[in-house]
Amino acid sequence: MKMLMAVSGALFVFYVLAHMYGNLKIFSGVEAFDEYAEHLRTMFTPFLPFGGFLWLFRLLLVAALVAHAWSAFYLWSRARGARTTRYVAKEAAKATVKSRMMRWGGVALLLFLVWHLLQFTIVKFNVGSMAAENSPGLLVISSFQVWWVVLIYVLALVALGLHLYHGVWSATQTLGWAGNAAARARAKTLATVIAIVTSVGFALPPLAILFGIVKGS
Amino acid sequence: MTTTPTTSSTPAPGLVYGLYSEGEPITDTKAPDGPIDRRWNTRKFEAALVNPANRRKLSVIIVGTGLAGGAAAATLGEAGYHVKSFCYQDSPRRAHSIAAQGGINAAKNYKNDGDSTYRLFYDTVKGGDYRSRESNVYRLAEVSANIIDQCVAQGVPFAREYGGLLDNRSFGGVQVSRTFYARGQTGQQLLIGAYQALERQVAAGTVEMFSRHEMLEVIVVDGKARGIIARDLVTGEIETHLADAVVLASGGYGNVFYLSTNAMGSNVTATWRAHRKGAYFGNPCYTQIHPTCIPVAGDHQSKLTLMSESLRNDGRIWVPKRAEDCDKDPRQIPEEDRDYYLERIYPSFGNLVPRDIASRQAKNVCDEGRGVGPKVGDFRRGVYLDFTDALKRMSADAVAEKYGNLLDMYQRITGENPYEVPMRIYPAVHYTMGGLWVDYDLQSTIPGLFVAGEANFSDHGANRLGASALMQGLGDGYFVLPHTIRDYLAKGPFEKIDESHEAVVEARASVDARVAKLLSINGDRSVDSFHKELGTVMWEYCGMERSEEGLLKAIDLIRGLRDEFWRNVKVLGGADTLNQSLEKAGRVADFLELGELMCIDALHRRESCGGHFRAESQTDDGEALRHDEEYAYVAAWEWGGQDGAPVLHKEDLVYEFVELKQRSYK
Amino acid sequence: MNLTLKIWRQAGPKTKGEMVTYPVTDISADMSFLEMLDVLNEQLNARGEEPIAFDSDCREGICGMCGLMISGKAHGPEVTTTCQLHMRSFSDGDEITIEPWRADAFPVIKDLVVDRSSFDRIIQAGGFISANTGSAPEAHSVPVPKHHADRSFMAAACIGCGACVAACPNASGMLFTAAKITHLGELPQGQPERSARVVNMLDQHDREGFGGCTNIGECSLACPKEIPLDVINQLNKDLRYALIHHGTPE
Repeated sequence: MKMLMAVSGALFVFYVLAHMYGNLKIFSGVEAFDEYAEHLRTMFTPFLPFGGFLWLFRLLLVAALVAHAWSAFYLWSRARGARTTRYVAKEAAKATVKSRMMRWGGVALLLFLVWHLLQFTIVKFNVGSMAAENSPGLLVISSFQVWWVVLIYVLALVALGLHLYHGVWSATQTLGWAGNAAARARAKTLATVIAIVTSVGFALPPLAILFGIVKGS
Repeated sequence: MTTTPTTSSTPAPGLVYGLYSEGEPITDTKAPDGPIDRRWNTRKFEAALVNPANRRKLSVIIVGTGLAGGAAAATLGEAGYHVKSFCYQDSPRRAHSIAAQGGINAAKNYKNDGDSTYRLFYDTVKGGDYRSRESNVYRLAEVSANIIDQCVAQGVPFAREYGGLLDNRSFGGVQVSRTFYARGQTGQQLLIGAYQALERQVAAGTVEMFSRHEMLEVIVVDGKARGIIARDLVTGEIETHLADAVVLASGGYGNVFYLSTNAMGSNVTATWRAHRKGAYFGNPCYTQIHPTCIPVAGDHQSKLTLMSESLRNDGRIWVPKRAEDCDKDPRQIPEEDRDYYLERIYPSFGNLVPRDIASRQAKNVCDEGRGVGPKVGDFRRGVYLDFTDALKRMSADAVAEKYGNLLDMYQRITGENPYEVPMRIYPAVHYTMGGLWVDYDLQSTIPGLFVAGEANFSDHGANRLGASALMQGLGDGYFVLPHTIRDYLAKGPFEKIDESHEAVVEARASVDARVAKLLSINGDRSVDSFHKELGTVMWEYCGMERSEEGLLKAIDLIRGLRDEFWRNVKVLGGADTLNQSLEKAGRVADFLELGELMCIDALHRRESCGGHFRAESQTDDGEALRHDEEYAYVAAWEWGGQDGAPVLHKEDLVYEFVELKQRSYK
Repeated sequence: MNLTLKIWRQAGPKTKGEMVTYPVTDISADMSFLEMLDVLNEQLNARGEEPIAFDSDCREGICGMCGLMISGKAHGPEVTTTCQLHMRSFSDGDEITIEPWRADAFPVIKDLVVDRSSFDRIIQAGGFISANTGSAPEAHSVPVPKHHADRSFMAAACIGCGACVAACPNASGMLFTAAKITHLGELPQGQPERSARVVNMLDQHDREGFGGCTNIGECSLACPKEIPLDVINQLNKDLRYALIHHGTPE
């Protein structure tokens, strides 16, 4: 169960890194970004229909998400079942605070994900003022000119960073890759790097847009 | 079979001191004759075999899950017998063998320093002050090497050298390095090894485990031990368990002193109940007092904690020369005002004299009013164990590497930092060499009742050498008992009995009555208060130094206390639930009977031997004086009935291989 | 010093428990925590109230029998067992909450006494090396590199007290299980059964109703023998290996 959690989590790590790489294309201009969006759909077209790869990929992601969330829920309910009479007084160590944040951070990220997909993938509603029909790049720019959208994203990215930091470390432990002091130190470093790179990497485009560094035209 | 020549005179008729009488001597211990290194092989060969197919029809009850009981249960389970194993703790892994720190001896001669089975045998007989049986001790030395092999195979993580081979150290004043150890937790690691072997058999279905069960009576049918009555400590239910043989491996009775290094629950009940049913009690007064324990801090104290005597290798023991310096900060007392008394009295052995001598001298200097630490009663009971020189010589890191866990433990308990202030130590009751009398087969005087480990009296004589208790427990459990008990079981299965048998009904009724009685007295005093008072009497008069006058007084006091106990003890709660006061009450009731027998045994043994200094028997310069021509025997006591006097049976100790010498460490 | 104790009282396994407040006076700083409870029990006995049931045996920190949740911390504020905790760690006027270990795999028997036989059953599932008595080869026939022997020893220091479970927000018994896996897995003697051991012990662990491990680390912080979290890493590694190379358990 924990392994499922770790493996599905690891998949997300790779996904968010790729996603971030795509997002950063906005710095090369709206066209580059649109091209990238289009490329995702035309990848492997000789073998797969238009958008086929993307759909396969989405399927995999959904499966991973279900697995990740389900194992989280399973572990959580098992933990509840393992202590049906609770302590009157229980002092939580620092480690527990982090871990509890995993749980609630995870739920927050899930909510954010729903919003994020509605906004950019499923409904593609535009809360901004720019016309953005058929250009994902323009839609992105238009949205992030609104301050509270950026705020939501930044908060979500903080949650993501923390989730990744503890998650990546925890996964190395679960997969048995942190068996000695040096390996543990490496795992911690890796976790920190991934967490910082991802959250900063994702935060750059919206902030750049908000502060007018990247403009739609 | 041998018949040992009798040197003791024919028993005198009538009561001695009005307290005991003397019965027929014991002449046959079942040890084979012949060269000493062939005897155990001879016995193993002569012992009857049991067909593997018949083994599962034979059942054995084992009480206690320490090194002896756990090892025996695992081994008999592997052999295919049906084993029922009992312990009062919540898990067999908690037995008090776990607390042994120092190590386990084995004649492996890995250090090539001249060790051999014969030398271990010789050292153990000598260390026991010539009050143990040669045949038994030789066997112990013989199986010692197998114990190490067995434990390593089970995964016991002994200390190793960088080359990957097992490390040894010299321990307890012997001159060869034969002690195997696992830091300060040797007992724990050995016990966990036996526990895991036991749990493996539980999983295999050969051993049935009854934890949180306390044996309260032995069932004897037609003269044979056929089962036990036990109380389920959780539900309070009184249960009958029947079998073809019963093994008691229930440990020692040091808790008769209230304060000892034993666990809170350690008790004499199993062996004492068997004694009352006919098993002789051997050398009850033989108690080991360990010199390096943390002193008593106040009246609240519930137990004493031992620190490994390896500390004496590098620490120096002293007290102030003048009584008026005793409450000074020890660091302010200049060198010339300190009395390093062991180094002064025993220049060649110094701080490494055997346990009994180190203990008695500590008592002497404290009796002179030169003890240190807080006053408990009228005296300060403590001497300094000083690491200042070692810290100068070795560096703090080196000291920490060698003794770190012990020094940390000291600091945790006393709140003082031993790297800065000298530690305080005082002797405490640690081990009882006495126990149920057994023959060479570890069988008591009740056929079918075997006794192993500290619960029997066998191998240590009047004084146990360091790192020998673990050896004996595991030797008995893994290698001796499984061979000797099969000789007995080969005669079985015995006649089937059921719970309606007269002997079973009688045993059960007596247990029920006792429980009901304890709960119904409802007097004014708690069980603990009786226990504490008994302990004070025992420590004062039957501790390190004994005298006729003191022992007679102690017997009077104990009788009075026992009488009051049965009139005035207060045990609350019910019989049908977990009731720790009731458990304690039953144990203390038995201690109150045992204490008297210990004093009678001590009284009759008018010699200083082993750890037991008899005031009437000392040399001109105050050293212990043994009397081999009169007392080279085992005192095996027969229960004389509730109101009768115990009967002494002497088993003469014959030394064919080791020459008896007065010990001298000067 | 004078203290206020709030102690869990529960008459039996099936009855409902509650916190009861007891003041205690004249407590010496040199007392151990359990001796302080002894004093309270003597007073209760004198008043005709049934004493508080709690487990303890060796009282020198090695048998693992004692264990109380003291003001929300397993074995109290120091890194040691309850029996080795001394009252000098508290100050006059303190209010101390005392509860039993709480986990469904450790049901309460009475007051502060719990049933930890689930740990024994985890050991039965494979926490041993199969070596029948008398079958052992000469001890020096298999040298063990010192760093393996030391790591094995570090894990073998576990006393089975259950503080790891008590402290774990998930009530998981993973540190206990993993300590045994590491103790035996580090030794050459433990290799033949290594894969079966981890699979079967973990299976039993789950069946006993312990929670799952989510790498929080409270267990290791509460452990009186300071068994590090990396034994769990070892368990996971062994498990991964066992599942890939030997299939799943029956």
